[in-house]
Formats: sequence, C-alpha cells, structure tokens
Amino acid sequence: MADLIIKGHAGIGPAVKGEALVAHDNFSARYDLDRVKGVFSRPAHKLYGENFVDKILVLNIAKGGVATAWMLHTMKQRAMAPAALLLNWANPIIAQGAAFADFPLIDRFEEDITGQIRSGDRVRVDPASGTVTVEGRG
Amino acid sequence: MKLTDYEEALLAGDFGEPRRQAMSRIVEIGRFFDAEDCVEVAQAHIMADTEALGEAGVEHLEGLTKYAEEDRWVKIPTITDPRGADLNAYERIKQDERFVSLERRAIDAFRALGVMMTDTCINYQTVLPPVKGEHLAMGDTGVVIYSNSVQGARTNYEGGPAALAAALTGRTARYGFHLDEKRRGSARFELTETPQDWAEWGALGGIVGNAMGSYFQVPVIDGVTGTVPTSDDLKHFGAALASYGSTAMFHMVGVTPEAPDLQMVFDGPPPDAVTIGRQDLKDFMASYGGGDDSLDVVVFAAPQLSVMELERLAGLLKGRQVHGDVSLLVATNPENKSAADRFGFTDAIEGAGGVLLEGVCFYQMHARELGEANGWTRLMTNSAKLTNIIGGYGYDPVLADMERCVDSAVAGRVV
Repeated sequence: MADLIIKGHAGIGPAVKGEALVAHDNFSARYDLDRVKGVFSRPAHKLYGENFVDKILVLNIAKGGVATAWMLHTMKQRAMAPAALLLNWANPIIAQGAAFADFPLIDRFEEDITGQIRSGDRVRVDPASGTVTVEGRG
Repeated sequence: MKLTDYEEALLAGDFGEPRRQAMSRIVEIGRFFDAEDCVEVAQAHIMADTEALGEAGVEHLEGLTKYAEEDRWVKIPTITDPRGADLNAYERIKQDERFVSLERRAIDAFRALGVMMTDTCINYQTVLPPVKGEHLAMGDTGVVIYSNSVQGARTNYEGGPAALAAALTGRTARYGFHLDEKRRGSARFELTETPQDWAEWGALGGIVGNAMGSYFQVPVIDGVTGTVPTSDDLKHFGAALASYGSTAMFHMVGVTPEAPDLQMVFDGPPPDAVTIGRQDLKDFMASYGGGDDSLDVVVFAAPQLSVMELERLAGLLKGRQVHGDVSLLVATNPENKSAADRFGFTDAIEGAGGVLLEGVCFYQMHARELGEANGWTRLMTNSAKLTNIIGGYGYDPVLADMERCVDSAVAGRVV
C-alpha cells in the first residue's frame, strides 16, 4: 500500500517516526499532562488517561502559559516526552520550547491534521520539509 | 532569514558557545514564524521559577555559568519574573526545603550571568516602564499584554529559554507583535457598563479571554466610560485576558495608545460587537465558589500587588484580626515590600495576622505541595487570573472583590 503524505509549514527539530496519538483538543504541558507518569491528567481532555511517551502527538492548538517553554526540555531529559508534536496551530511558547529541547514540531497543515491521522497510525515526521508521512494509507 | 554581520558572527560562535546556541534558537524560531530578520530588544524578562525550570532547567543554567564571563554575561538589561520561594518567609508557610535549595541554585546561576533578580511580574509599574514602539523580550503573559497594549511597546510571549536567548544576544526574531500588521484589532467587544473594581476588571478579562481562539487574535474593547481605568485596573484586566485567552495584546478605545477611536483600530469596517454587561460580570464571578461557605486561605497575588493595592488592603485590615482557621497571603515584589515597610502597610497586614511575601507569586511557588502542607483547598481571591490557574493545582477557588475577601478572612468563612 502507498503512503499518505501531508504537507505543513517547515518545523523545528530532527526527523522521527512513531505511533500516532490523536485528538481534536488543545495542548498545554503545564495544565494537561502528568509529566512524571507520562499521561494526560486533565479530566476534561479528550486524551485523559492516555500515555503520551514516545508517541507522535496530534492535536489542535497550543494553549496555556509560558512555563511549557522549559517543560519539553525537562520531559525529554527524563525520557518522558512525546516523540513529536503535530498541531494545527502552534504558538510562540511551544515553538520556543521545541527549539530549546531540539524537539520535533510541525504545524499549519493544508487541512485539519487531527482529521487526517488516526491513533495507532505509523507516522514519519520530517520537520525540515514540514512533511508528515502516514505509512500504508495512500 | 536576513542576518546582520553581528548576528552571523554570533551564529558562527565568534562570541562564545552560549551566544551561538542562543542565536541558533532565535533563527530556528524566526524561520518557524516566517520572520524576515531580527530586531534589537532593549530589555529581557525571564520567567524561570523552579517549578517551571525543574532540576533539568537549573542544571542548564548552571552549565552556562561554567563559561568565561565574556561569553556568558547578558548583553542587555535582564530582569526576572517571580521566584518559587521567598527566602525570608518560606518557613512561615511550611514550604519544603528541597524547593528552596533548588531556588538558591537557580538564583546563584542567574547572578553569574549578570541577571538582575527583580523577581517581579509588575516590572512595568516598578522597575522601568516600557515605552511606545520599544522592542522587548518579556517573559510573563501579564507583562507582555500590559507592555503591548497599555504602553504600546512590542513583544511576544518569550518563554524562559527564549528570553534568555534574547538576553545573551540582544536580539529576537521579528514576528508577531513586533510587526504593525499583527497589532490590528480582530474582534470587538462593547461594554454596556464599566467594571467597578479589580475583581470585575479581571472578570471582564476572563470573559473576553474565553472568546479568543488563538495567540494572534487582538480583542478591541469599546464603551469604557467614566473615570479612566487605573494601571491596576488594566493590570487585572490584562492578566486575566492573557491567562484565559493566551492573548498578548488588546486595544481599549479611547484609553490605550494605538486605539484613539474605533475606525483606527481595524483594517476595514469594524466587525459586529459582542456586548458585555453587569450581569455577564456577575455570572462569571458566580461561576466560581458554589457549595458551602468553608474557607482555608485568602490570597492577594497574580499579579503582585502595587503600592496602591497594598495601601487599600492595609486600610481594610487595620485594627482587625484574620480568623484563626484561615490564612491570608499577599504577594508583592521586593521594591514594594520595602515601600510597604516604610509606609506602615506591612505592620497593618501582618499585625492583622496576614503574611506579606516578596519576590514570589502564589501559583509559581509549588502551590500543590503548599496546599497539601497547610491543608488548603478552599481559596478566596480577587484575582481572576489566579482563579483560572489554581483549580489545576487542587484548589476550589472563590472570586470576589478585595473588601469581601478581607471580610471573609476575618469571619473565617466565605461571606
């Protein structure tokens, strides 16, 4: 089966591949995550209870305060980070956090990214070209 | 991105490894947001309390201190946001020693980089007010929205590592609120009544913030009548708007410098207005604090209090006593604490049984562990920003004006 290729804006961080975890909901490291256990901890979040470690996280908009800029780095140091973050809309804080942690981030896709990838999909992420490849979904 | 010779030299490592890393991150963020070039910034303001930094963040700062002074010293005046512990008062509120020792390490590292430990989120009221058109790298959402909106300065949200990069280079990428076209209004709100106190201004910020969809939206508030809002009114409004909306700029027609009238704020005809009235403010405040009248702690913070707010609080507490089952905490910066000592406000607040903390803010001082150590769940405050944040730390907040908060602290229950 061929692969599905999705184009976004050129992103930040190295190329990676992994399994997708997807929801049409927003993202804040400080408010949504238990950063010690590696799970979504805000009850109102659509991924509540899901383990995000080493997943390609696919969500809608980056929200929340400035603390997230430090937190991606700490999560990566502890091996408690997602593998990459794909968003419809990033904000400066998440971009700064990704640049500081050398963490893969792409946003501004041609269509709603949360509608194009499904949880469990095998995904390759190339921030330099802003390209996401979903294996076997062409 | 188009870089100057100086910026290219930074990137090539001619000015040392810390500045090379900093410039490289600035370029990466600039490319991400399609910045054409960089902009010189006059000040940097770093949010780096230990709760956000963590052990890994503190180690990163300590790593920078190992470089020669000429390679690590900040290039522009650089100040700090509130810290995670008041080193003179942490024992009074049962704060864990392990957070305090991490805090001490972070402070030592920042000093070795030439950072001034102002420990404040109201630098625009106390340190050096931004000027219209001035480019800055501000690291607290409340500071950013006030600098952009009320003072007409130009800054994005610069999270800790990004503000530090600006401090080491004197540069940030030119995108977002550094650009004229990004500062135009994008949504319109019409007030039928003007808020009357700080809690109501915060509630208005919460209502508008909840209606915002992205960082790049700029709400325009029209219909403010009567006395011109004070710096503290706009501080509470902006801090709440930034907290609820992740918003970095607003216009208030006839009040803020880039909004002389409605036509000047929008490109093209103004959009239809959303109307906000007294009942909306009341409903917003009533959306917190249902249930019984139990009360554990009353907090005045977020943002830190100005001298005028401290004066009002001291006046309300004078000659009264906070109930034995309730704690009353107040957060300000070191400058205002010193002023409060001189003006007799500290005696009035602490004489009534309150604790006046300096250089901290409540939600940035490991609030979850603080609540557990003191048995605090029911929290009352006049700060809508704090109400928004503190639920995530295991508290059940009540939002009310300063007078009612003080009356409740004295009564030992929510009145």
